[in-house]
Amino acid sequence: MNHIPSIIQTIPLTHYIILSTMLFVVGLIGVMVRKNIIIVFMCIEIMLNAVNLMFVAASIYYSNTAGQIMVFFTMAVAAAEVSVGLAIIVMVYKNLKTTNIDMFNRLKG
Amino acid sequence: MIDKIFYILSALTIICATLVVVSRHPIKSVLFLVATFFLISAHYILLNAQFLALVNIVVYAGAIMVLFLFVIMFLNLNKEIEIYKNYVPWFAALISGGCLFLVVISALEKTQLKEVDLNGNFNLGLVENLGEVLYRDYLLPMELSAVLFFIAMVGVVLLNRKEIQE
Repeated sequence: MNHIPSIIQTIPLTHYIILSTMLFVVGLIGVMVRKNIIIVFMCIEIMLNAVNLMFVAASIYYSNTAGQIMVFFTMAVAAAEVSVGLAIIVMVYKNLKTTNIDMFNRLKG
Repeated sequence: MIDKIFYILSALTIICATLVVVSRHPIKSVLFLVATFFLISAHYILLNAQFLALVNIVVYAGAIMVLFLFVIMFLNLNKEIEIYKNYVPWFAALISGGCLFLVVISALEKTQLKEVDLNGNFNLGLVENLGEVLYRDYLLPMELSAVLFFIAMVGVVLLNRKEIQE
């Protein structure tokens, strides 16, 4: 029995596009404005999640599995990226005693 | 009914994401980010993508956020380190972000989206269907992601090792 999720009949895909664009823009503003590198990392996570939401919505609306597989791999890559990035942040903090992005120009060799 | 749920969830998601950006304590940012991830999982459940909703909670709200909290507490960053002296970067970022939003919206106006086929299979998001596709058609990327995790693990251990004193 194939049951159609009622959200497909009531909400057009356009609204999902607008929602994920707004989430992406919020994350982008955070990346541009914030100085604390950990919060910049969190904003990158928000942007990744906005794109994931769009993938899932399109995948469900057009009943194509590829979008959800893509989201699965995005999550895997994001987990690896966060672990390496936080390790780098801890290393930089050990050397510079700060997480302010403006101080990171001391790293240039 | 379900459209009201969708709009309330969307508004809450945007508000929580905005609070992540504007709140000054890193700990508060992390907690709002956890809330954002739970709300996005609620969106996935509305879309009948139950497997991804669970994976989202386990991976993002579980693993990644614990990692963030752990690093913040480990580095003792739980204090306001940013003083907003001038608001020029905020204005610049708001204007450029708004421009991106307007570009996408105006492109959307001109776009003809494909009609949704109501005879399609809408149970794709369940574990049985997704697992079958994942292990049959996408087996190689699946194994490669395992290799990626291994490389990430080795890299993290290598980055944070103690330098041996000569």
